[in-house]
Amino acid sequence: SPGTVLETHCTRRQNISHIRFILIQNRAGKTRLAKWYMQFDDDEKQKLIEEVHAVVTVRDAKHTNFVEFRNFKIIYRRYAGLYFCICVDVTDNNLAYLEGIHNFVEVLNEYFHNVCELDLVFNFYKVYTVVDEMFLAGEIRETSQTKVLKQLLMLQSLE
Amino acid sequence: MPAVSKGDGMRGLAVFISDIRNCKSKEAEIKRINKELANIRSKFKGDKALDGYSKKKYVCKLLFIFLLGHDIDFGHMEAVNLLSSNKYTEKQIGYLFISVLVNSNSELIRLINNAIKNDLSSRNPTFMCLALHCIANVGSREMAEAFAGEIPRILVAGDTMDSVKQSAALCLLRLYKASPDLVLMGEWTSRVVHLLNDQHMGVVTAAISLITCLSSKNPDEFKTCVSLAVSRLSRIVSSASTDLQDYTYYFVPAPWLSCKLLRLLQCYPPPEDGAVKGRLVECLETILNKAQEPPKSKKVQHSNAKNAILFEAISLIIHYDSEPNLLVRACNQLGQFLQHRETNLRYLALESMCTLASSEFSHEAVKTHIETVINALKTERDVSVRQRAADLLYAMCDRSNAKQIVAEMLSYLETADYSIREEMVLKVAILAEKYAVDYSWYVDTILNLIRIAGDYVSEEVWYRVIQIVINRDDVQGYAAKTVFEALQAPACHENMVKVGGYILGEFGNLIAGDPRSSPLVQFNLLHSKFHLCSVPTRALLLSAYIKFINLFPETKATIQEVLRSDSQIRNSDVELQQRAVEYLKLSSIASTDVLATVLEEMPPFPERESSILAKLKKKKGPGAVSVELEDGKERGELNGGGDRGGDASTPSPSADLLGLRSTAPVSGTTPSAGSLLVDVFSEAGPSATSAGVNDDGFLSSAPPTVASEDPAPPLPESDELLNKFVCKNNGVLFENQLLQIGIKSEYRQNLGRMYLFYGNKTSVQFVSFNTTVSCPGELQSHILQLEPLVEGGAQVQQVINIECLTDFIDAPLLNIKFRYGGALQNISLKLPVTINKFFQPTEMAAADFFQRWKQLSQPQQEAQKIFKASHGMDTEVLKAKLLGLGTALLENVDPNPENYVCAGVIQTKAQQVGCLLRLEPNAQAQVHTHKCILLDSRLIMCHQCKSILNSC
Repeated sequence: SPGTVLETHCTRRQNISHIRFILIQNRAGKTRLAKWYMQFDDDEKQKLIEEVHAVVTVRDAKHTNFVEFRNFKIIYRRYAGLYFCICVDVTDNNLAYLEGIHNFVEVLNEYFHNVCELDLVFNFYKVYTVVDEMFLAGEIRETSQTKVLKQLLMLQSLE
Repeated sequence: MPAVSKGDGMRGLAVFISDIRNCKSKEAEIKRINKELANIRSKFKGDKALDGYSKKKYVCKLLFIFLLGHDIDFGHMEAVNLLSSNKYTEKQIGYLFISVLVNSNSELIRLINNAIKNDLSSRNPTFMCLALHCIANVGSREMAEAFAGEIPRILVAGDTMDSVKQSAALCLLRLYKASPDLVLMGEWTSRVVHLLNDQHMGVVTAAISLITCLSSKNPDEFKTCVSLAVSRLSRIVSSASTDLQDYTYYFVPAPWLSCKLLRLLQCYPPPEDGAVKGRLVECLETILNKAQEPPKSKKVQHSNAKNAILFEAISLIIHYDSEPNLLVRACNQLGQFLQHRETNLRYLALESMCTLASSEFSHEAVKTHIETVINALKTERDVSVRQRAADLLYAMCDRSNAKQIVAEMLSYLETADYSIREEMVLKVAILAEKYAVDYSWYVDTILNLIRIAGDYVSEEVWYRVIQIVINRDDVQGYAAKTVFEALQAPACHENMVKVGGYILGEFGNLIAGDPRSSPLVQFNLLHSKFHLCSVPTRALLLSAYIKFINLFPETKATIQEVLRSDSQIRNSDVELQQRAVEYLKLSSIASTDVLATVLEEMPPFPERESSILAKLKKKKGPGAVSVELEDGKERGELNGGGDRGGDASTPSPSADLLGLRSTAPVSGTTPSAGSLLVDVFSEAGPSATSAGVNDDGFLSSAPPTVASEDPAPPLPESDELLNKFVCKNNGVLFENQLLQIGIKSEYRQNLGRMYLFYGNKTSVQFVSFNTTVSCPGELQSHILQLEPLVEGGAQVQQVINIECLTDFIDAPLLNIKFRYGGALQNISLKLPVTINKFFQPTEMAAADFFQRWKQLSQPQQEAQKIFKASHGMDTEVLKAKLLGLGTALLENVDPNPENYVCAGVIQTKAQQVGCLLRLEPNAQAQVHTHKCILLDSRLIMCHQCKSILNSC
């Protein structure tokens, strides 16, 4: 029946989310956050982390904030010694994700009162919460800084 | 240590992290970690039950150790235990550990699912969100099985908190992407679409991702989202910069939501409703206008947010490709960005313009920016920007500017980055070939290419120039002169020596009259390069030498001397040695006549696909090359040969069918060589599908200058397709290197439904994937739109409903357009809808059959054909075919048991037409006589039946 035909073909289709991963790395290549929205095995993750570092750190300030990466692209921005990188499809909106990074960084900055690299190290488990508030399933979940911070403060108050 | 100072952290964890950071060496770190692991293990195994806080702390430490890159093989159970804690912080660590570390370990999954279930039904929004985030992060099939039914309910329930709705929407999206068969939206569809109207912008932001994904799969079910999206967009676009409060980002109202709305609209064609369309055009104009307004802030965030919307709007305008005014405005806006001080904007403008270049409405507007783009190619610091500039030059190239663009690309090549040289070389070679107005320019260009970037000139490129020179006698003299001059350079690239050796060996005689390039001068020139060359080039040169002996007998002694020298005849390389020995022998024993025959000038190469094109396709995927090079030029090769002559390309479909009939095999057999149709089960790979490019199109018949967005003419083999599918409903409809299209169809009365399966054979996305069907008036079709993205390796399905209104001749045309690596692909095929698909089998007795047969034998009611039994006389095969035709095969009706008789009724909306068929095999002559009688006197039907008979 057509119904089953449809189903089998839908399952066969490869479906991958828009954001493939979010990485925060320092200049030395130490990972401060790795959030994956696609299945990779551990070796592959390590390879991606190294490749992204190699691709991004050689670029200077006059370069674009976008760089082709395998079949995807990395949208990245550097804040002090940290690189915030988002890997998306080549057809995705570069500037929207670039500002998505900045919006995220402003939330971190507010939440940790002038965020620095060490905050991300010692509070790594909280950073995941911030990410999940703003990005979920590889999509943008919430963009309002006010709303995100309100929610984070509420969670902070819970025991 | 900020975590500690805040007083809410886990002191033990902070101390541990500090210890690790203080480790001076990798060994010290490992030692510290092992100590901690031993400690945690003993705590977990200890007799004393741990309290929630300790458990949380140890699980968190394990997680930290894992994130440092060490394996963790215990602690999972403790993490699962944390899930049932009533404390948020403990639950959160439990869920985090599971999201990061647990893969589908079946035993644990059951426990985890249980905990999630409890949290989902807890009515505590914080716990519900934690559970939903865990599902969204893991997204396993087991979770989909457990929760795909529950989450839509949470999503649309009236009393669900906004933040939970946001998580539920994206959680559902994740499950749908992972296990679409388990997520059934059915009853929820309309309520989900109406989330676009939700008061809470965060809910809309999250829900729209879900709606976009669902719309792209089932556009029809979700089409009401178009008007909702337009009105939402319109409200945002027209709002003042402070209206949206929390959702205003640097004075830009809801930039991300605006982008998502514009992207959702790209799943659909332009709105049909005039009012909706008007409103949308207004929005797009407003967005374009805002780009001209002075910025409300000097911050880059402001302009980025604003431009994110602008670029998405331009994508939508390009997607519609129907509003010339907007297209030209978009192009002008991008033109301004080309000179912007922000590198990002220059890059994005170049990229976006590349797609605008292929729209007929904006191609000319794009071309006006040629100088700026050339300048970008020369001056941009970022190689990726230069790459985009080169792409755009390639895209905007047409006959009018080809010389300029090729010259600029050549001069850029001198200093181009190594990473993009090879691709640039191929692009120059293709443009030179495609837009050559005279061959001397072409030869110059390619030789320049070899001179400038010899290392990057692949074999394909120099093979191609030789193919063309061999096939064109008007350029041979020029080519010989030019290579001769090029070889004068003291250090010339080995590829130049190859081309030179080949061309002088064939056509050196054309310049031998000039004493400055006398035979001996030519030979000495070539031979001066010999010792610096690699073995394959030396082998080629030896062949050139023996050709010289034939062309110029006066060089014989000199060349024989060379061949006889120890360095040739005793060369350690067996290939060189053999050539030297054989050529020497040949030149000494063969008579002049024999020599002239053996060493005759190379015959023209068979017309085939440009080897360069094939190379670029292989490199970047076929899409890197505009399809027009391939389109319509396969005719010569595919249909040439055999006894069909010119028939195959005659425009009338019936004539085609007749013409092809004699040689083309029909359904069920292995496709003939060169056929594009690869049967599902046949072994023939896509290698058989390489398209031919014939050189006639190279100069004389100028191809269209731009990859046109108009539907391409149907592929020449389309008609053959119709034959293939006359008696069957399933199979592979089309296949090339990029795309495979499979078809399944079913018919009931005058209705048909087709399922087309588009398979992306590459590893790269197809974007702007769009299909349309154009039907003759007698058929009505309805096509469900697809999402514009087809992932690499993915297959998408499309449903086409067809209704037969009355009898028809022309099959519907399916046009498929998409972009692959930026270049437009445009394919048209005939859908295999033939009138016999609407047959209803009719059983009748012998008496009835012959009574009707006799009644209805006026000449205009019948069609008869005698044809060769191309499939032999096998009874079962014939029966299967006749049944496949859709008629009833009537047993024991015809007095002659050898004959087959069939009856059926063709069902159209307007009328039903009875049809009787008789097939009389003649085993001796291996022919069939096929007669068809119709209960209708109109010729059109008869004509159609004749075509169908051909396929039996």
